[in-house]
Amino acid sequence: MSLQELAASNDWLSIAPEIFLGCLALALLGLELLLPKKDHGIIPFAAILGQVGLLLAMLAGFHHAADAPATRAFGGLIQHDRNGEMFRVFFLLTSVLVSVLGVIALAKQRMPRTEFFAIVAVVTAAMMLLAQSNHFALFFVALETVTVGFYILVSYTRTNPLSLEAGLKYLIMGALSSGLLLFGIVLLYGVAGNPALPAHSGEAMNFGELRNFLAANPDNFIAAAGIVFVLAGVAFKIGAVPFQIWVPDVYQGAPTPVTAFLAVGSKAAGFAVLLILVQIFAPYQQLVTAVLAAMAAATILFGNLAALTQDNVKRLIGLSGVAHAGYLLLGVLAALHGQDGATGAVIFYLLGYLLASFAVFGVMTHLAGADDADQQLDHYAGLGKTHPFLATVLAIGLGSLAGIPPLAGFMGKLLVFMAAFKARLYWLLAVAIVGVVISIYYYFGWIRAAFFEEPRDDGRRPARTPVGLVAGVVLALLAGASVLLGFYQGGLGEIIGLR
Amino acid sequence: MNFLSDHLLLLSVVAPLLAGLAVAFAPKAAAKPIALAGFGLPLLLALHAWRYFPANAGAGYAFLHSYNTGLTGMGIALKLGLNGLALPLYVMAAVVGLAAGLYAMQSAAERMQGYLALLLVMHAGLMGVFASVDVFFLYFFHELALIPTFIMVGVWGGRERRYAAMKMTVYLTLGAMLSLLGLIAIYAKSGANSFDLITLRDALAAKPLDGAWQHRIFGLLLFGLGTLVSLWPLHTWAPLGYGAAPSSAAMLHAGVLKKFGLYGLLQVALPLLPAGAHDWVKPLAWLAVVGNVLVIGLVTVAQRDLKQMVGFSSVMHMGYAFLGVACLAAAPATGGGQMAAGGVVLMMVAHGLSVALLFLLSTSIWQRTRTFDLGEMGGLAQKAPVLAAFFVAATFASIGLPGFANFWGELVIFVAAWKFSPLLTALAVAGVVISAVYGLRAAANVFFGQPTEAFAAVAAANPPADLRWAEKIPALLLLVALLGLGFWPKALSEPLNAAVTALYPVPAAAAAQK
Repeated sequence: MSLQELAASNDWLSIAPEIFLGCLALALLGLELLLPKKDHGIIPFAAILGQVGLLLAMLAGFHHAADAPATRAFGGLIQHDRNGEMFRVFFLLTSVLVSVLGVIALAKQRMPRTEFFAIVAVVTAAMMLLAQSNHFALFFVALETVTVGFYILVSYTRTNPLSLEAGLKYLIMGALSSGLLLFGIVLLYGVAGNPALPAHSGEAMNFGELRNFLAANPDNFIAAAGIVFVLAGVAFKIGAVPFQIWVPDVYQGAPTPVTAFLAVGSKAAGFAVLLILVQIFAPYQQLVTAVLAAMAAATILFGNLAALTQDNVKRLIGLSGVAHAGYLLLGVLAALHGQDGATGAVIFYLLGYLLASFAVFGVMTHLAGADDADQQLDHYAGLGKTHPFLATVLAIGLGSLAGIPPLAGFMGKLLVFMAAFKARLYWLLAVAIVGVVISIYYYFGWIRAAFFEEPRDDGRRPARTPVGLVAGVVLALLAGASVLLGFYQGGLGEIIGLR
Repeated sequence: MNFLSDHLLLLSVVAPLLAGLAVAFAPKAAAKPIALAGFGLPLLLALHAWRYFPANAGAGYAFLHSYNTGLTGMGIALKLGLNGLALPLYVMAAVVGLAAGLYAMQSAAERMQGYLALLLVMHAGLMGVFASVDVFFLYFFHELALIPTFIMVGVWGGRERRYAAMKMTVYLTLGAMLSLLGLIAIYAKSGANSFDLITLRDALAAKPLDGAWQHRIFGLLLFGLGTLVSLWPLHTWAPLGYGAAPSSAAMLHAGVLKKFGLYGLLQVALPLLPAGAHDWVKPLAWLAVVGNVLVIGLVTVAQRDLKQMVGFSSVMHMGYAFLGVACLAAAPATGGGQMAAGGVVLMMVAHGLSVALLFLLSTSIWQRTRTFDLGEMGGLAQKAPVLAAFFVAATFASIGLPGFANFWGELVIFVAAWKFSPLLTALAVAGVVISAVYGLRAAANVFFGQPTEAFAAVAAANPPADLRWAEKIPALLLLVALLGLGFWPKALSEPLNAAVTALYPVPAAAAAQK
């Protein structure tokens, strides 16, 4: 491809949302410089308003963008398609909600505010690019932007030793996983560029070229090793066993909005990538199936069993999130086996997971005190009597995570399980059912603390933040959407491609 | 078709649901009238459906209407309709719902509005279960009714409520997940790619599943749904849960919701997987008779606690229903399947009414004696003769004496079972004696004889009054229904027979033998 062709393929307009987010981040920093200190309070609201505006604009143009045939831009770095468009909206929604939680949580800390919102915007832009990547170069750069952003966010409350510890753990594990990923990419690039092999390519980092190469060389050892390393690197993002060890400590130490961002955004980014990768690695279906199936079974069992023993709700939700990654892997496997609707099922599951998780994290930010890492199950005792609204939102969120009808989480699980059944993953389904039953125990324990225990205020529990108007509306919307999507999917059923 | 018959079933689901929401947010004074409307309207609609149920329906559905929820492309839609099999249960759910609602309104429950709201949501789920033609929504409504049960047990429950709520949740989730897996398997393996029961039936009638899959799927459904109906040895949640549950929740769960599992077997599993069902006849019949009827029957005799006893007795009586299901599953070889199916449905209706009545009366007894311990009561009939009369009648019904609806259900099942296995039938009939022993002994302990010292002390401090009208009306509602069906079972059996004949056709070979 000549330079001129390359330049002609630079369709800047197609990545306008990402550019807008980048500019928003810079504008926020500029505002902090320009505005007098007493007016800094408006910066978070500017951040949220900017993102909400972008979200509305993207939703308005959604059908136009999603129904268009898939197109490539930037010399094949980026591919615009339906899934990518859906993940873009998904990440933007995540970012808005993280920012809302950030406003509530940061008010309890003596911390600079602006950078938080700026970093969240940049990380979101990177996730949005990641979901559209069609080339390992963009893929790796976007992924690293996300990861580096999270290094900062996780240790954001730098006065809290647990937050710093979490940041360090995330840094070390993240560096390791980036190394594995890069090693895998290099192996694939190297072997696919070997002129001695059929279908070798000068542009072996391009996903399309790589797929052609893999299809022509279905049992190349180096390619197989590369695939395994790449999958290992992504497994770190989604917190799948055996790359889950960072999860409990980092989830506990990170500020609650960041925990939510990790749980929803980072995990969804991992799955967006996996859904792309399984298409490329499809010629190595047997190998990928073996790796992902072993991972899924171990992840479901480990996540649920480890969550059983937790007293700290941040660790609990982190480990339960590990189990959710396991269920989602079933959907990815079904997609690998070419099941129609498997991709839609994964996306719907993630949407249900987003709504439920943010409902729960929203309640958690209201219950957390100045020490954000100290959030125990005990603190929820009697919430149903003292704060019926928060308790109801919590119950709906946890019920949806547990996959209980009539909530969106149930629908997500049903769709994923149906796709998995059609892909003949019977043993994994049996494991998943066992996992779901185990998970009832700890989700129920949390609800029990909130509803069935008597309120007791012995002074050890941090004061609860009163629910503001905006936060109340957001929480009510999250809970309402969780209920509605459980039985009425309406036009969403079509958008996700279930039809 | 006019508006009412088009949307009657949807209305009967939506009315309690909306009433539930309204009750939760309404001012205190308005809560009870709204709740009454929410419990009453489904009964009116159900009676209308019963009155205008077409005589020539056969296996077909009346009041059929489909609502798009966005997943029609996947074969999931809110399709509501009643066939002859569903109609009796639908009407029974409406009756028990109103009785449970009325009983809850007169109770002294704390946070009454929350309690009524949850009961109404549960009631909406119950009406939906028997009105659903789409298997997805059948499951969905079951769970919709189940979740409030857990919360009510946990918040408004009695002894060991937290443990009971937890145990119920884990067991019933396990059962529900196994059933769900079975339903997904039917969906995927049938090739129909639809949860619509009518489509599934047509698809599987044209091209049945191979034997191995029928065997596996029916096994999943049997143990999944069986857990929900307290099939021995997966029953342990039931007595504990009912012992702890507030009375109206126990009435609705033991009376109506528990029937979901049997209903699922009759309406979904058996017609779709006849060969698979046939494989499981032996284990099912033995578990039902030896486990549920005999073992649990003897355990029931050993109970000293009235509410636990009622809970165990409901587990025991499910044994008869399972025996009926086993006969039906064996039917292609032995004949008599249609009869068994009719018997199971009658049994379900009768048991639903009688166990609800027993739970209601147990709570009324507790309010007068402040104990459930059978050893600490006695002579209550002198103070509360009407209560005693009701309780004795409910006990007779539960034993299955002629004149009550239960009699017909058990009789028909026994007759059908005789063709299937005389030995098991004899053992099952022995169970009737067991239920007479514990039922009559309980009635005697509570109402007759001399008051114990403990009860005399309670009675002296707080003289027990007879049943108030607020308690009498729901009790009467149930008793009248029991007696009505006992003397005139034809009211339900005609549409039922038509449906059963069409749903479980006698194979040509078996018909020729006769």
